[in-house]
Amino acid sequence: MVERKGGADEGALIKIGPKLLDLLREFGEIELENVEIEAEELEIWIPSATVVTPPAAAPPKVVPAKPMEILKAEFEPPIQTYQGRIVEVKLGATRSEGGTREKVVKIGGEAAPSFYIFEEAPPNPPVISADVFDMEVPLPRAIKMHVQDVIGDPAAWAKLAVDKFGADLVTVHLVSTDPLRKDASPSDAAKTIEKVLQAVKVPVIVGGSGDPKKDAEVFKKIAEVAHGERVMLSSVTLDMAEAGLLGEIAKAAREHGHVILAFTAMDLNQAKELNRKLYDYLPRDSIVMDLTTAALGYGLEYSFTVHERARLAALAGDVELQHPTSSGTTNAWAAREAWLKLGSEWEPRELRGPLWETVTALTLLLAGVDIFMMMHPAAIRTLKEVIGNLYKRGMVKPESIADWVSIKI
Amino acid sequence: MSVSKVKKGVREISPLDVYMLLPRTNCGKCGESNCMAFATKLVNREVLLELCKPLIEEEKYGSQYSKLKELLAPPIREVVIGVGETAVKVGGKLVMYRHELTYTNPTPIAIDVTDEMPEDELLKRIERINNLKYTYIGRTIKLDMVAVRSTSNDPAKFKLAVQRVMSTTKLPIILCTFNPDVMKAGLEVAYERRPLIYAATELNWRQMADLALMYNCPLAVFAPNNIGLLKSLTKTLIEYGVEDLLLDPGTFPDEGIADTIMNFTMIRRSACKLGDNLLGFPIIGVPMTAWSLKDAPKEVLQWKEACLAAMLIVRYADLLIMHSLEGWSLLPNLILRANIYTDPRKPVAVEPGLRVYGSPDENSPVLVTSNYALTFFTVQSDIESAGINCYLVVVDTEGYAVESAVAGRKMTAQTVADALKFSGIESKVKHRYVIIPGLAARLSGEIEELTGWKVLVGPRDSSFIQAFLKENWPPKVS
Repeated sequence: MVERKGGADEGALIKIGPKLLDLLREFGEIELENVEIEAEELEIWIPSATVVTPPAAAPPKVVPAKPMEILKAEFEPPIQTYQGRIVEVKLGATRSEGGTREKVVKIGGEAAPSFYIFEEAPPNPPVISADVFDMEVPLPRAIKMHVQDVIGDPAAWAKLAVDKFGADLVTVHLVSTDPLRKDASPSDAAKTIEKVLQAVKVPVIVGGSGDPKKDAEVFKKIAEVAHGERVMLSSVTLDMAEAGLLGEIAKAAREHGHVILAFTAMDLNQAKELNRKLYDYLPRDSIVMDLTTAALGYGLEYSFTVHERARLAALAGDVELQHPTSSGTTNAWAAREAWLKLGSEWEPRELRGPLWETVTALTLLLAGVDIFMMMHPAAIRTLKEVIGNLYKRGMVKPESIADWVSIKI
Repeated sequence: MSVSKVKKGVREISPLDVYMLLPRTNCGKCGESNCMAFATKLVNREVLLELCKPLIEEEKYGSQYSKLKELLAPPIREVVIGVGETAVKVGGKLVMYRHELTYTNPTPIAIDVTDEMPEDELLKRIERINNLKYTYIGRTIKLDMVAVRSTSNDPAKFKLAVQRVMSTTKLPIILCTFNPDVMKAGLEVAYERRPLIYAATELNWRQMADLALMYNCPLAVFAPNNIGLLKSLTKTLIEYGVEDLLLDPGTFPDEGIADTIMNFTMIRRSACKLGDNLLGFPIIGVPMTAWSLKDAPKEVLQWKEACLAAMLIVRYADLLIMHSLEGWSLLPNLILRANIYTDPRKPVAVEPGLRVYGSPDENSPVLVTSNYALTFFTVQSDIESAGINCYLVVVDTEGYAVESAVAGRKMTAQTVADALKFSGIESKVKHRYVIIPGLAARLSGEIEELTGWKVLVGPRDSSFIQAFLKENWPPKVS
């Protein structure tokens, strides 16, 4: 239902999506040389020593002795110290580590709030995992047009996401295992994961169907088959704990060297409770938290605040929250504004949609999220670029914007 | 500058601190039963100090009143730009993080025009700024201000452009030029509308300060990537007698994002956590500096500008100046602003229970949704605008939207069954078909088992309810 039937404008819209992508790609390579030229234009506005005379309409106030020169004030960066540090978690394992990955990903390790780079830049940059589905699912057209050739072939989809979209890792959602859909068997699911592991060199996240019982079976099987690969099982919940399923999944993860994603619904007490349960089975460096991502316009502020609070509490010393976090950023597309036709002044939605996902991601980036599970290639590319730029401290040239007031557009 | 004593953070003030400075007569004139209750509300920013009449009217409380004003003043000064009903309040932030209390004064967004635009182009742009509106949770969200830039550097041209803008919009105005002569020309025609003067710099600060004092208008201070200079300028300007200041530490696109975000964050933390009064002013973000990357295609610049704006809405900008007027690039930020500035203390749930739309009868459809306010209002507005006669059973999902409610076990077969039962719907319709949200499809089997009602899985988005009913209602008897 998310996808609407193609209208008369379909041809035109399909063009604009990939075009934007090309534009963003090319633009990333343009040097900033042309900006510097503007420094010379600065001369224009150096003010003449005009004496300003008061207008009749508003007589000047009488003010006591005014300074004639700039009074100097010192500024010291407001550095704070923190008791806590986020645990570093490694995803994927190379051959020498017991897996077959050529690239591994490290997340976490932060000792300051997100991108407070005057204190410390995050030791490991946040990463992006592209969503891959193992069967056809409803997708907004703006996304579908980028993946239509690989729908139904998760290995090819994963390869496309890594090679073309620039994803750091991939999340394979085993939707087909859902008892309400195809009810595919754990060994079928394991085969899919094996194929993906062969197709890409990056770490893999294994997404379940959301059915606690079935997910437990699937995760156990995959933990075994992907022994040593350090995949992340996405995800376990307090419901699984209640149903007595948590222990066996966590044990399998430990035995075969994997990471677990602990999902809770925007509640830090529950997040802590679930982590405590997992500590019985797993080392702390094998747990990542999903605190729930709501879409921009559909509760993003709760996600933002729960992440900001979790990170600040962790840095203040709450060990049960000292885990990296993962965000299902693709949820941004649950907002109708991301894909619905809204009237000509808000079009094209082929740009509005990926921007919706991007803004959702940027908001959570600044709250401290470490892994972004995303879909649209333009959103993925932009987030990667912004993360890279956030590390480039000391690169600004004040003159590049000093005369923004008179730039001609 | 040394901060003599760090002022208590807004969250550190206790009701008792406030109570000790109130008259403590429990006179009840403020509407509260006693002074302690009033003190508690003051600390929570639920009432204004001025409701305490004795404090203001009786001379003996004079020094207590000023102490209280000082104690309760926000660490970020609130500055008013414009006059009348379209005036905007900028800054006035009480806390650094929204979860500490709430954010006040949603970041106004100003769109630029220039004094070299042909008249018809200028008027068209203003008209679009005036009319761009979107309805979100029953509220109208829109653009807030117009920034007039002098690209000509010619006082006469600037004056004319400002006049044209004033005659076509009531929105507050920002006058943008670094040339005091040009600024003066603009102020001569616009000062009664209390525009923001943008901006004082290291070079022109005296002339700009004179203008700000003469015309009684707020003044922006611009010191790109130089917080030391920014502080020196605010110190100087305060001494000079200008009180309503705004800070622009510079917004740098692309690789400048690192320092931009760092500067905004350091300024806000210094003001909120270290009591640095010289930085306790609203911050201006200028995402339109993305347009200085001249050779890029327009969509890319709009995209980059929107991304910069989003990051600055999250990281402490109290006012934004932007260029793109494209709905697709503005809407995400208009919504983001509404989200971030939502009061986290207000419940986001509506009452669960039965709602009736139009004039349904015993054969009308029964729909189910969550009690998350936004979901509910969206579904309601779709039902009403389509003129559907139906019943809507609102399930108590503790304020979660359908998808998260299903994932978080707030919407389950049991909560749906309870809602059906307590709504009394069984006596209102003679059929037993319930339409559940498409995003709750996985609950269908269990709901049928638990309630005996047949489940029809509705659309994933309520905008398709009308189409869904056309196709599926009345249900085909199997």
